[in-house]
Amino acid sequence: MLAGKVAVVTGGSRGIGRAVAITLAEAGANVAIFYAGNHAAAEETVARIKETGQEGMSLQVDVADSGQVDAAIKQVLSTFGKIDILVNNAGITRDNLLMRLKEEEWDQVINTNLKGVFLATKAVVRPMMKQRSGRIINISSVVGVMGNPGQANYVAAKAGVIGLTKSTAKELAGRGITVNAIAPGFIDTDMTSVLDEELKKQMLNHIPLGFFGEPKDVAETVKFLASDSARYITGQTIHVDGGMVMS
Amino acid sequence: MADTLERVKKIVVERLNVDPSEVTMEASIKDDLGADSLDVVDLIMELEDEFDMEISDEEAEKISTVGDVVDYINKHK
Repeated sequence: MLAGKVAVVTGGSRGIGRAVAITLAEAGANVAIFYAGNHAAAEETVARIKETGQEGMSLQVDVADSGQVDAAIKQVLSTFGKIDILVNNAGITRDNLLMRLKEEEWDQVINTNLKGVFLATKAVVRPMMKQRSGRIINISSVVGVMGNPGQANYVAAKAGVIGLTKSTAKELAGRGITVNAIAPGFIDTDMTSVLDEELKKQMLNHIPLGFFGEPKDVAETVKFLASDSARYITGQTIHVDGGMVMS
Repeated sequence: MADTLERVKKIVVERLNVDPSEVTMEASIKDDLGADSLDVVDLIMELEDEFDMEISDEEAEKISTVGDVVDYINKHK
């Protein structure tokens, strides 16, 4: 399905990013993952990519730093020769009620979750424009659409990603590059495992399908958007949330 | 000089899908050849590869006609 393609997955060492990286490799793509700091987890993901028979590499990158992002994208290009698929998945949370939200917490989340998407996209657009094809898939969140108390920074960033996706999609449509977002709902990962049981129970009441999603559910949607099957889809936000949001 | 124009012309014709006869030194890339802003970025990238040079965004903004491109390249190569 993706044989001969090259993918970059940011935040690829754990959680949704790891599942995306492995799923794209299973579909035939060579995959480079960017990770913030967990070497062991990154190595584990690369090992899983290689088990599929595809090439894998990991690069430690702060996606909020343009110099690091540009250098890493160059390294992927020199190793794999091209980039067909970019999955902007790197994300952090610094939850707090708005009244208590520190400027620093706001900046950290906006820089990684929103600016990071801009920087990685900017870095891959040039090679993608030249080859007249490309797939950019941005991981937003259900809360970017619904809002969520205690997550003003995260929600603002994730809603921003949806707007960024639409603008980028319009700019690049004439060059054979599609840009879409995925808004996952409640997915079982390290990020959500810290939430308390009571809250999890409450959340289940808001999920029509009645269960939490797995990273694989998001990864399969990424795989579809990255494939030729999705060639006529751009600028969209696909909800993978068990029915939490219906538009 | 003529060689540069020919090479630029080839790229402009390919990228903007225009008739070679329209690509004169005086032709405005946007107004006469119908390029939009993304086409210009695209064209600049292609020229950078063809002539193995870097054209900064500031320099690129000053380029308006095919002649500007040819002059820039001849001055910097």
